[in-house]
Amino acid sequence: MNPALRTIGLGKSFGGFKANADVSLSVKQGARHALIGPNGAGKTTFINLLTGVLPPSAGTIWLNGEDVTYASQQGRVRRGMARTYQINQLFAELTPIETVSLAIAERQGTGARFWSRVGADSAVIDEAEALLTRMQLGAMMTRRTSTLPYGKQRLLEIALAMACKPKLLLLDEPAAGVPEDERHDVLDSVAALPEDVTVLLIEHDMELVFSFADRISVLVQGALFAEGTVDEISSDPRVKAVYLGEDAHV
Amino acid sequence: MLQSNPAPQQDAKPVLGPAAFLKAKAAWRWPEFLFWISAFALILLLPNRHLLLNEIAILGLFALSLDLILGYAGIVSLGHAAFFGVGAYAAGLLTKYGVTEPVSGLVLSGVAAGFAGFLASFMILRGTDLTRLMVTLGVALIFHEIANRLDWLTGGADGLLGVAPGPILGRFDFDFAGTTAYVYSLTVTFLLFLAARRIVHSPFGLSVKALKDNRLRAATIGIAPNRRLIAIYTLGAVYAGMAGALLTQTTQFVSLEVLDFARSADALLVLVIGGSGYLYGGLIGAIAFKLMKDTLSAMTPAYWIFWMGFILVILVLIGRDRRMAGLARPFAPLLRLLGARRP
Repeated sequence: MNPALRTIGLGKSFGGFKANADVSLSVKQGARHALIGPNGAGKTTFINLLTGVLPPSAGTIWLNGEDVTYASQQGRVRRGMARTYQINQLFAELTPIETVSLAIAERQGTGARFWSRVGADSAVIDEAEALLTRMQLGAMMTRRTSTLPYGKQRLLEIALAMACKPKLLLLDEPAAGVPEDERHDVLDSVAALPEDVTVLLIEHDMELVFSFADRISVLVQGALFAEGTVDEISSDPRVKAVYLGEDAHV
Repeated sequence: MLQSNPAPQQDAKPVLGPAAFLKAKAAWRWPEFLFWISAFALILLLPNRHLLLNEIAILGLFALSLDLILGYAGIVSLGHAAFFGVGAYAAGLLTKYGVTEPVSGLVLSGVAAGFAGFLASFMILRGTDLTRLMVTLGVALIFHEIANRLDWLTGGADGLLGVAPGPILGRFDFDFAGTTAYVYSLTVTFLLFLAARRIVHSPFGLSVKALKDNRLRAATIGIAPNRRLIAIYTLGAVYAGMAGALLTQTTQFVSLEVLDFARSADALLVLVIGGSGYLYGGLIGAIAFKLMKDTLSAMTPAYWIFWMGFILVILVLIGRDRRMAGLARPFAPLLRLLGARRP
């Protein structure tokens, strides 16, 4: 079976600076894979390469066995890749129901209809409602997004990505900035993601990584530094030195 | 009405299901009916002011066309008169060279302006607001100069003479009091408004709003930004062109003024006054703008522009830091009834 995601020798240089160098990563179907690394390790660049925001300087990207190295952002979404952002990228003026309806309508091919009303298509609206309810946003789906508590906005980030029905979901620090009392909602939702969705988690928070991931890759200075199971990584002295040790100081 | 247990929320509306909520959001509100009934009632109520009312309807439609691209898609433009002008000249030339029936001329002029808008749209897909301001301004200047140079066709600085439209649909002749003109312009504006209202509440309209709100995210959920922007920009140009055609047909004259920078600026001012992004801003702004201009120029014929500028500056300063800018602010509760967003 093809891996859900595979990169071969992926690299990105900005001038002389190598943000990513020779990253070869393979994420199995249905995996809960975490990508960790200290600040400035190139995690954000890597995500931007995967999603097509930046073109790579070297290497290739394969999604479910298909070469998507030069596919457009929308092309990758159509092929089943969705992402969330570390800092919320939502539609502040829209409501959650409108927000996820957008993605669902787009996926169903009805997003460009200009002569029917938003919400008139029950195929879209029922799915949106079910998704929001599952993501604990049921009570707030008709409030303007900018008025939602931060934790709920983080949930909407994930719901919006899930509305694209991804095969591969890239989660960029899903719990970042969430106040303690709302944290559980987010962690529970991440844990409850459907099993058939492959998840690549980009994360700083070790507690979340160790509880969630079944496999961990460590990125240091743009290159893959180590890879293994949770036990292997957590006991690897080199990883401790570059990352966990540093983190422990904070 | 039950108040839920946590802190009372801003919108203390009864809780609707999502489908009902979306339906209610697109539903007609009573002030909208009032607005349009009043507009049509003025045909009988103000028989002596039809010429002014006709101008207001045309300016309102023009500002509405700008609202589609600015208020909904977030594309700033300092050269929207380019498409108004294309429509105006197209209507003039069509009338002069054979298509004298106004409605056919109107539709064809809209198509011509839409074609120009389609071509121009490729230049505003990328870039910052500043680039867009410059590009749209530049396009309008180029159109102005082309119309000036092609004087064998457009009459150049003398204007296009001999524009004599026939009766509308072969039945209704234009009259000196401007009654036919107002009824015609208002009807066209109303019908185009209905279409625009339908479009902004459609999935397409929602996706355009999403693009304005957060283009980055819109692209990551599979919306291809360029096609949507081309479509809405072209639509805005069609509307602007039809407004231009209305002006030509109801005044029976076209001059380079239709392509003036001042015309683009006026549309922007009107939107600042009326507020953007809820369709009525252009129409209400047009009424306020024309009435202010009319009153001020009657009071101080030589200095009215000074007072106009003065009032605008004050209004925008008062409305600063508010989502609903300008004159709209004092009337915000009223405008909200028409669907303007809460500040």
